[in-house]
Amino acid sequence: MKIQQLSIFVENKCGRLQEITQALEEEKINIRAMSVADTSDFGILRLIVDNPEKAVDSFRSHGMTLSLTSVIGIGISDEPGAFARAVKILSEANIGIEYLYDYNSRQIGKACIILRVDDEDRAIEVLEKNGIKMLTAKDVYNV
Amino acid sequence: MSQSYFNEDIECAPREVLHWIQSQKLKKMVKNCYENIPFYKKKFDDIGLKPEDIQSIDDIKKLPFTYKTDLRDNYPFGLVAVPREQLYRVHASSGTTGKQTVVAYTKNDIDIWSQGAARAIVAAGGSKNDFVHISYGYGLFTGGLGLHYGTEKLGATAIPVSSGNTKRQVDILRDYGSDILCCTPSYALFIGETMKEMGVDPKSLKLRAGIFGAEAWTEEMRKQIEELLDIKAYDIYGLSEIAGPGVAFECSEQTGMHVNEDMFYPEIINPETGEQMADGEYGELVFTCIGKEALPLVRYRTRDVCMLTRKKCSCGRTLIKMAKPHGRTDDMLIIRGINVFPSQVEHVLLSVGMTPNYLIVVDRNNNLDTMEVQVEMTPEIFSDTVKNLENIERRIAGELHSILNIAAKVRLVEPKSLPRSEGKAVRVIDKRKGK
Repeated sequence: MKIQQLSIFVENKCGRLQEITQALEEEKINIRAMSVADTSDFGILRLIVDNPEKAVDSFRSHGMTLSLTSVIGIGISDEPGAFARAVKILSEANIGIEYLYDYNSRQIGKACIILRVDDEDRAIEVLEKNGIKMLTAKDVYNV
Repeated sequence: MSQSYFNEDIECAPREVLHWIQSQKLKKMVKNCYENIPFYKKKFDDIGLKPEDIQSIDDIKKLPFTYKTDLRDNYPFGLVAVPREQLYRVHASSGTTGKQTVVAYTKNDIDIWSQGAARAIVAAGGSKNDFVHISYGYGLFTGGLGLHYGTEKLGATAIPVSSGNTKRQVDILRDYGSDILCCTPSYALFIGETMKEMGVDPKSLKLRAGIFGAEAWTEEMRKQIEELLDIKAYDIYGLSEIAGPGVAFECSEQTGMHVNEDMFYPEIINPETGEQMADGEYGELVFTCIGKEALPLVRYRTRDVCMLTRKKCSCGRTLIKMAKPHGRTDDMLIIRGINVFPSQVEHVLLSVGMTPNYLIVVDRNNNLDTMEVQVEMTPEIFSDTVKNLENIERRIAGELHSILNIAAKVRLVEPKSLPRSEGKAVRVIDKRKGK
C-alpha cells in the first residue's frame, strides 16, 4: 500500500529543473506524479516515477541530494464531497496530513490523491475500513 | 609543581629591567637597519626619521611597518643587513601563496632563536635529562631545526626523526623512551591513532609532554591529543620571518603563550589605522626583531589577530603573554562594526553537523550591512519537508547569532554547488566594495 516518492532538494536557480528532468529522460524514466514545495531560496521537488530505484541511482550519480519518502495513495470518485469524506476519516482518527497532491489517472477511473501522513499504517487501516480505495505501488508506478 | 626556567634572570625579570633591555636593543637595531639596509634607510628618510629619534622602546610607534610583500619584493636577500660571508644559515617559508620568503641568520641569530626554543622546552617541563623526539620536518622549514637547536641548547638529547613514517615514530617513542614529542598538533593526533592501531598503550610509554605548533589548533584538539597520547600538550608559536618556533611558548598555566620579548618585541595594532592597541584588545600582532642581526625586521605585520596581556602568571614568568591567534587579518570581515572571521562561521557549521563547504556573502542594503551564509546540503540532513529544512536554517542562524552577535541569513544550497579552488578556498564575497 505504500508508495515510494522521490524528494529532491532543488535550489531556486534557473535551469535546475531542466537538469533533473533531463536526467530522467536519459534513463528513460517516466514521471507519474509530481509537486513542488517551495520557499524563496529552495524547493523540494516530489516525484513519483515508474522506477524509483533507478531514478535514485541516476540522481545520486548527478550529485543531487534526495531521499525516498514513503507516501500513500487513494482513489476516490470524481464528485463533490468525495475528498471531504476521505479527509474527515483521517481527521477523526487524529491523523495529520503533512502534504498532498493529486495526479491524473487514465486507467483507474478515479480521482487519485497522494498523501503524506504522520501515521501511515493507521491511515491505511482507517481509510480501508471506511471503504476508500487504496492505491497499490503497482497502480501508481504503472499509471 | 616547582617551576624551573631556562633563563630565570630574563624570564622572570622585573618589567623595568625588560624595558631597559628592549630599549637598548631597539636603539642598536634601528641603527643597524638605517646603516646597512637600503630599504629601511629609504623608509626612515621618507618620514624624516633619524636613528637618534629612537631613544626607548616606547618610541617604537614612530617606526614604519614591514609587510610580507616587502620580503617578497626583496627576494631573496635584499633585506639582509650583514655581508654574505657572515650568514650562518638560511630558511624559507613554503610560499604557497606566491613567491617563497627567504630568511637568513647569523651565528648570534641562531643562538637567540635556540634560546627561545630552549625556554619553550623547559616551560613544558623539559630538562637536560630528557630525550626530545622531533617530528617536525627538517629542512628549509624552521620547525625541525628550530626545536633541534633548542634541545641542544638546553643540553637535552635530540632525536631528529623528522616527519613521516608514522609506525616508525611509534617504535622510536616506545623503544628510545622519548620524554617530549614536538610536531604539529594534527600530526600528534595521527601518531596517537597509529599507536592505537598498533596496540601500543600510551600509558606504557615514558612520553609525558608535547610541544605542538606551526598550525592553528583548538582547546578541543588539545583535549583529544592529551587523552590519546596520555601527555600534557603545550602550544608554541613562531614564524620564519621572525625566527621560527620559539617566538612565544606556553607554560604550565596554559592560558596563553609567553613571548620572548627580550628578542622579539610584540605589539597589537589596529590593522586599519596602524595605531597601538591596549592590552586585552584584539588586533593585529606585530613583531620587531630587536635581538637579530641578519634580518632585523621592523614592526613586521604578522596578520595574525591576537591579544596581549601583562597579567601576573602563576608560573612566575613576567614575560608578556599572547593569546592563541584568532585568525588572519586578511580574512577578517567587519560587519555592522563587528569583527567576523570565516573560521568562526566554519566552527559553528561543523558544530551543528554541516559540511565545511560554505560561502559568506556580505552586502549592503539601505546603508545596513547584511550577511548571508550559504552552506551545502548533505544527504544526511536532507529532509522531505520544508519545515525541517527551515528549522535547520534557523538553528544555524541562531548558533551564528550567539557566537558572532550578528544576525545572519542562512541558505542551504545544493552539494558541490559552491565554488571550489585548487589553492585557498574562496570563503567570502564582499559585495559592499564599490558601493
